[in-house]
Amino acid sequence: MESAFGAFWGLIPMLEAPFPHAESAQHPDLASSPALRAPPGRGGAGRGRGGAGAGPPRRVAMLQPQQQAAGSAAMAVAVGRAANDDLRNLSLSGHVGFDSLPDQLVNKSTSQGFCFNILCVGETGIGKSTLMDTLFNTKFESEPATHNEPGVRLKARSYELQESNVRLKLTIVDTVGFGDQINKDDSYKPIVEYIDAQFEAYLQEELKIKRSLFNYHDTRIHACLYFIAPTGHSLKSLDLVTMKKLDSKVNIIPIIAKADTIAKNELHKFKSKIMSELVSNGVQIYQFPTDEETVAEINATMSVHLPFAVVGSTEEVKIGNKMAKARQYPWGVVQVENENHCDFVKLREMLIRVNMEDLREQTHTRHYELYRRCKLEEMGFKDTDPDSKPFSLQETYEAKRNEFLGELQKKEDEMRQMFVMRVKEKEAELKEAEKDLHEKFDHLKRTHQEEKKKVEDKKKELEEELNNFQKKKAAAQLLQSQAQQAGSQQTKKDKDKKNASFT
Amino acid sequence: MEPQERSMEAAAVPQELPPDHGVHELFGYVGIEAVLEQMKVKTMKMGFEFNIMVVGQSGLGKSTMVNTLFKSKVSRKASQPGQEERIPKTVQLQSVTHVIEEKGVKMKLTVTDTPGFGDQINNENCWDPIIKYINEQYERYLREEILITRKRKIPDSRVHGCVYFIPPTGHWLRPLDLEFMRRLSKIVNVVPVIAKADTLTLEEREEFKQRIQRDLKAHAISVYPQEDFDEDPDDRLLNDRIREKIPFAVVGADQEHQVNGKRVLGRKTKWGIIEVENPAHCEFPMLRDLLIRSHLQDLKDITHNVHYESYRVRRLNESNRPALSSNNGLPGRDEDGDESNL
Repeated sequence: MESAFGAFWGLIPMLEAPFPHAESAQHPDLASSPALRAPPGRGGAGRGRGGAGAGPPRRVAMLQPQQQAAGSAAMAVAVGRAANDDLRNLSLSGHVGFDSLPDQLVNKSTSQGFCFNILCVGETGIGKSTLMDTLFNTKFESEPATHNEPGVRLKARSYELQESNVRLKLTIVDTVGFGDQINKDDSYKPIVEYIDAQFEAYLQEELKIKRSLFNYHDTRIHACLYFIAPTGHSLKSLDLVTMKKLDSKVNIIPIIAKADTIAKNELHKFKSKIMSELVSNGVQIYQFPTDEETVAEINATMSVHLPFAVVGSTEEVKIGNKMAKARQYPWGVVQVENENHCDFVKLREMLIRVNMEDLREQTHTRHYELYRRCKLEEMGFKDTDPDSKPFSLQETYEAKRNEFLGELQKKEDEMRQMFVMRVKEKEAELKEAEKDLHEKFDHLKRTHQEEKKKVEDKKKELEEELNNFQKKKAAAQLLQSQAQQAGSQQTKKDKDKKNASFT
Repeated sequence: MEPQERSMEAAAVPQELPPDHGVHELFGYVGIEAVLEQMKVKTMKMGFEFNIMVVGQSGLGKSTMVNTLFKSKVSRKASQPGQEERIPKTVQLQSVTHVIEEKGVKMKLTVTDTPGFGDQINNENCWDPIIKYINEQYERYLREEILITRKRKIPDSRVHGCVYFIPPTGHWLRPLDLEFMRRLSKIVNVVPVIAKADTLTLEEREEFKQRIQRDLKAHAISVYPQEDFDEDPDDRLLNDRIREKIPFAVVGADQEHQVNGKRVLGRKTKWGIIEVENPAHCEFPMLRDLLIRSHLQDLKDITHNVHYESYRVRRLNESNRPALSSNNGLPGRDEDGDESNL
């Protein structure tokens, strides 16, 4: 789809670089041909981009196929220019057939299918699901949400619809739990985050090297229906805050829900109060485009009725002799598709039948581009003058990458150093401990040896004593035995004497 | 599961209904098909751009062909009385831009001519200026696309189709033709045509075509409509019929003559009038239908989605060689360029 937006030649200066080119004589056709009208210059700033050699409208010799690309306007190959840089209008002498181009484009798009994403923001129970059902004339399955959600969350559902030969991939995003909490300070945050996330996904896809944009499932929100509660007084502050946060990110269409609770005269006052509050707070709601003749009129008349007061209903009631969508009350029947009763038909016209394409385009060209610009600037990219850097994005990216890698390297080195230090410390500690251990061991050994020696000494002493004792004993015994002998000899002598005497 | 977690999930990916649900049923008319009308109106307001390049030796009738194609004096003819004819020393590219309007549809048509192609004695590398030009258009578009603040509509000067004129020798494709078509079919949609086909009889034409088709197949040159990009069986059927007739044998003429009481575009010879728009005489109507009436958008789409994207991949992959090489405008070959995502 995006390829279709590649051509907008009216407002910007013409693209061909105004290269002076070689020509030997006057261009015969321009002068003589009656078929070419004098060009008033289709695009206002019709002159070529300022750059090398923009001056002479007539052709001047130069052809340098070898020249390197220098500035933004210079090209390496001299491209010949015919007389003016303005576009010439050509008149056709027969039917060429490219009026089938829009049809070709449309056929291509129908075969691919369309994407449309709607975000419904509103309190629980205000009628978002019913309105969606009524708008698209179908029954989307969803259970009603409870009122005790702790925070706002977004629930997205995709459906494939087909009508004649048009396939529409419709995604409806619901804000569940909006307005239910006691403290609603952060209610808008999940919504903004969701919208940004879709833009981010698209940006990522666009920045990829190998990308496939033409069959990318676009999930960016194209329209935001803001449901205003039918109090009859004015906007709630929650509404103001939320809309203010969303207006630069998405096309906001405010609608008054459950409009059958407001009487006709009150409705008018309510609407003008709402619009004046929006204006005075600087909230930019979606402006229906009025620049194209075919839709300008209807858009202008419709935008007077903003915000649309809608009633939704999927039940059919018999009115007259037809069945129509309506709500039946004891006091009457509110017909959904009756313009006197509510603005549902206007909403459907505006949203689907007249401006769907414009909503998609605004999302892409305004909101998405804004997001992209902010994001890229935030990342540090700049459109430096293209004269100095041939590829500013690429180079900035390279620089950043190198920087980042350098940082990474530094961190790694730091970590490694710390690690080494720690290891050293630990080693030192361990060594100390080992030394201690060794010392202790030595000490113990020494003590042990000393003890051993002592014991040995004592042993020796003991042995000596024993020896002495043995010696003494032996000596004593000897003495004793000698004494005994002597005694016994004496006794013998005595005995002998005695004997002798006797005899 | 924490509601916060669930909101994160829902925030990232919209829940898809299971595939066997299929298409959701509508109970009545909603008006979704009005988006087609809206799109048509918008594109008509925006206008279209179409850039075509004609390549061939001088004297093959390129300018006449372009004039006949767009029914107006788009390009001036190389040989006019009173003008010095000089064969340029190297290939020059001349672009002419016109705005044409038909039934409310405005088209900005750019025709790039290549006088001097194949005219020298030594024609080596005569395709380099052409390749350089094509790559430069891609480069321009790429630069516009990467800007932080982009224009609302990026001006598209990329070549959407290149019509290559084959001289009607009746034998085979010449080495110059093969080389050129081989190199160019990789970066741009090439539509080969047999020029000045009134020199061939119908049988000779058929034989010539067969030989050319065989040659192209043997050298693996994929000309438009490329087989790889057929999207569905209908497309394939349609394109197969076209592929049988490639290359178209065309005759160009910009003068009208009287035939059977009608004024037709044709060439008058002593032995008869060759009607350009008569499908029995030459295949010009088929070429015109292919280029303009039925496949113009397709040409642009393939240029944008395939050729431009592959240029972009190549360009963004080469990391540290910002200098463009002098002969063909492509960055120097980086054999081990890594495909990192930005």
